[in-house]
Amino acid sequence: MSGRLPAGGRIDRTRPLRFTFDGRGYTGYAGDTLASALLANGVHLVGRSFKYHRPRGILSAGSEEPNALVEIDRGGGRREPNVRATMVPLVDGLVARSQNRWPSLRLDLASLAGLAAPLLPAGFYYKTFLGPGREAWHRRWEPLIRRMAGLGRAPDAPDPDRYANRYAHAEVLVIGAGPAGLDAAIAAAEQGGRVILCDEQAEMGGSLLADPAQWDRLAAMLATLRANPRVTLLPRTTAFHHGLQNFVSLAQVLDRPDGLRERLWQVRARRVVLATGAIERTIPFAGNDRPGVMLADAARTYAARYGVLPGRRVVASVAHDSGYDAAFTLQDAGETVAAILDLRADPARAAAAEARGITVLRGHGIVGTRGGLHVTGVRAAPLMEGGRPDPVRARDIACDLVLMAGGWTPTLHLLSQARGRLRWDEAADAFLPGDLPEGITCVGSCAGTEAGLPIRAIAAGAAPGAFIDHQNDVTAKDIALALREGFTSIEHVKRYTTNGMATDQGKTSNMLGLAVAAATLGRALPEVGLTTFRPPYTPVTFGTLAGRARGLDFEPIRRAPLHGWAEAQGAVFEPVGQWMRARYFPRAGEDMHAAVARECRAVRAAVGMLDASTLGKIEVTGPDAAEFLERTYVNAVHSLKPGRSRYALLLREDGFVFDDGIIARLAPDRFHVTTTTGGAARVLHMLEDYRQTEFPELRVWLTSTTEHWGVIALQGPRARDLLAPHVEGLDLSREAFPHMACGAARICGIPGLVFRASFTGELGFEVNVPAGHAPMVWERLWQDGQRLGVVAYGTEAMHVLRAEKGYVIVGQETDGTVTPDDLGYGWAIGKAKRDFVGKRSLARPDMQRTDRLQLVGLKPRDGRVPDEGAQLVVGEGPSQGHVTSAYDVAVLGLLRAGRSRMGETILATSLDGAPIPLEVVPPVFLDPKGERLHG
Amino acid sequence: MLLIRCPWCGDRAELEFRHCGEAHIVRPADPSAQSDAEWAEYLYLRENPRGWHRERWRHIHGCGRFFNALRHTGTDRFAATYRAEDPRPEIPE
Ligand SMILES: [Zn+2]
Repeated sequence: MSGRLPAGGRIDRTRPLRFTFDGRGYTGYAGDTLASALLANGVHLVGRSFKYHRPRGILSAGSEEPNALVEIDRGGGRREPNVRATMVPLVDGLVARSQNRWPSLRLDLASLAGLAAPLLPAGFYYKTFLGPGREAWHRRWEPLIRRMAGLGRAPDAPDPDRYANRYAHAEVLVIGAGPAGLDAAIAAAEQGGRVILCDEQAEMGGSLLADPAQWDRLAAMLATLRANPRVTLLPRTTAFHHGLQNFVSLAQVLDRPDGLRERLWQVRARRVVLATGAIERTIPFAGNDRPGVMLADAARTYAARYGVLPGRRVVASVAHDSGYDAAFTLQDAGETVAAILDLRADPARAAAAEARGITVLRGHGIVGTRGGLHVTGVRAAPLMEGGRPDPVRARDIACDLVLMAGGWTPTLHLLSQARGRLRWDEAADAFLPGDLPEGITCVGSCAGTEAGLPIRAIAAGAAPGAFIDHQNDVTAKDIALALREGFTSIEHVKRYTTNGMATDQGKTSNMLGLAVAAATLGRALPEVGLTTFRPPYTPVTFGTLAGRARGLDFEPIRRAPLHGWAEAQGAVFEPVGQWMRARYFPRAGEDMHAAVARECRAVRAAVGMLDASTLGKIEVTGPDAAEFLERTYVNAVHSLKPGRSRYALLLREDGFVFDDGIIARLAPDRFHVTTTTGGAARVLHMLEDYRQTEFPELRVWLTSTTEHWGVIALQGPRARDLLAPHVEGLDLSREAFPHMACGAARICGIPGLVFRASFTGELGFEVNVPAGHAPMVWERLWQDGQRLGVVAYGTEAMHVLRAEKGYVIVGQETDGTVTPDDLGYGWAIGKAKRDFVGKRSLARPDMQRTDRLQLVGLKPRDGRVPDEGAQLVVGEGPSQGHVTSAYDVAVLGLLRAGRSRMGETILATSLDGAPIPLEVVPPVFLDPKGERLHG
Repeated sequence: MLLIRCPWCGDRAELEFRHCGEAHIVRPADPSAQSDAEWAEYLYLRENPRGWHRERWRHIHGCGRFFNALRHTGTDRFAATYRAEDPRPEIPE
């Protein structure tokens, strides 16, 4: 049966559009939404509900829609679930499908079996998780619910569309292009400033669109605005977040043929005018969710704006005068109004209805609706004391459309987000704007509408089975159950019942849920409270939020100067912070284990080369540079001579290890300080903090030189043999350039710095040359190194080699609760120092305890290597620490009072097998005397 | 996103800044003279008002400088931002 009227509406009847729903072809017109086009084709059943799989139709004509959620498939990864059919402009070739049904929309087995209803009372999840039901959850409920509930299917291919973003400034941002918003925008434009007017609908005009008498006025207002070059009109643009200082985020749907899909606007406005309108309230009678039951104003909109009659014979359940307007519009369009059931005893407009020949039943409500997949009638009855319709006196009225006119809730989500206060207004029977934050005004019906029957009185007559939240399937009974179980705060009731927590954010259910709670508790509505509105106002796609920040543009990737070389060698990379570092260099047929073992062997036997450029580097200069480092690092710095360096530890003021590296003195007033790769920025931040705020009297400057220097580490007994021939101006001999020496030199002709440093336990050098020259220097050393059997090694071998030597990695052996002494690194602390950052904290009693976690080596007793993070236990007792690093050649861990437990056997927990026995040993597995290091 | 006024650079977007905790906490000149309790107070005890709060910010992605701000923690309104050497602004009515 076609619902399309022969004439009228704002659709373009010269432009028919073909579309499919669940595989069946239909036709609509340009200017239709998917919802209006479905109704025009007599399709009311569009989905199944979330929990109970009840048949559902189209409830509204706007963004508040809780029922008509469909899947839109534009092909090739463009499949979007949970789209509100009321907000989709019809386009030719549109493919839409219903959701949440099996095997088909008309025949849903879960619904037939009534399976879901008794399974999912309010608080089901809480009861199941807290009680002995936890086990049953995994075994029974979760698989069942997974099969039955949930909404929509996530797309399974990458989204090929593009998303943009834009920043904008405006003197006035008007949100909502209904009559009040249009007036406000015109007035603001006359002031001469920049004006942005946005509206979530494809067509601007709001309620004027459903009132043909206003269309000329609407056209004139839009023409005025379009003529002004300082006015930006944004249709299909939802203001979804209103932040402080009038920073407002808008999601604009473009659907451009070139693939630009949506655009995120971030607008900062001097003044925001909220003209967001109001949302009609439902009425809580039994069966108020059956397809064919609709908000009254939505039906009026379908008739007047889209030229669609959503039924032939209508019954209206009315608590507000606006219901009469809807009934009259439908009657004028040719629909039979079987009856208006007014909950009020003496409605003012009843006479007008009766003058039109409409039966008005005063003080009447609906006991229930009849029908299966579509409504076929209602059982109308006079109200009893308390407000419920009396089932004994009910009589049937046949109809195929039921209107609900429960009154209006001003749309103040954005005001609430912007921390405006809402206040309960008894006369308006609504929460209205209270204290307005600076620069925000509310106009039109969001600032207040006329009241009908108070919502608390409507709620008092709620049928237990009436749906309050259509999207989450919450009934009046669920709310009553939550209250009986002791939840009295509306925030708790909301969480317990999930009322208002679906993707529609309770636009049609929050107020009614609140009113049902108030009526049940016998309290005034504002005493029960109001739940907080949170962004986004309506769902926003991830694409819009991500914009261009996806794929390679998701996050900057930092590539070290030798990245290209490593890539050409077939290196496998790993992310370290934002850096990509070569992890290992597999040869043909090698897996990681084999490659790393080979790289380690070559370093121990000959020489290896590592790109160490990602190390953080800070140049510290000035006459007070030494004093500054003396006060911040644990080390003695004044006594450090130019040309020498020290292993450096930086603590936080609470005494825990924050970072490590080396401090190298290049000149009396110039230091080269290195940090961990991941710690560079936070170390500079911390040092700047002390420089600027604690020690402002010191003449010292800090400069990040991380990216200036390319760093090539040469490690292994043949490192000197490899490097020396390429260095001018620096004697690298054992005597002249001992461990921890440093100096300026020319390397392959390039001025740079050479450090004698080792993170492997081998003889080692770190060559620093300006980053742009690093590939050339590396290539020369690499070619020359072939005579010595040089290997390139990656971070994985670096980790193995350092663990074998017992060198810690900050963030692996430490976790923010580890002191230098815990690591056995107390030797690094300058003993004679009066003060340094963290020193006082090391003297606190807890830091001196002998049963602290201490770094130890752990030797597997049965050949099995434990997992990093495995807990260390003895018998059935509590954890005594954990494994921090684990390799075939070395296992390190933090163990309670570990240094006093050498030789003891402890157990490491194992996820898949018996605990692993480990012998506690010193944390140095290689060359404890340092002969290789000093070679 | 807030607009925050760096005393050196002017109004800039919040994402250029880093919050650095309560302001006007001075590191003791001689930490070793502090009792354990005094030191613990310096390390850990902070005001946590709902209301006006003097706090440190750093224009970390701008000029890099630390400065102080008087901000209301309930409304996020900034009454003033000021340099370390400036007199402390009055708390608004
Ligand atoms: Zn600045």
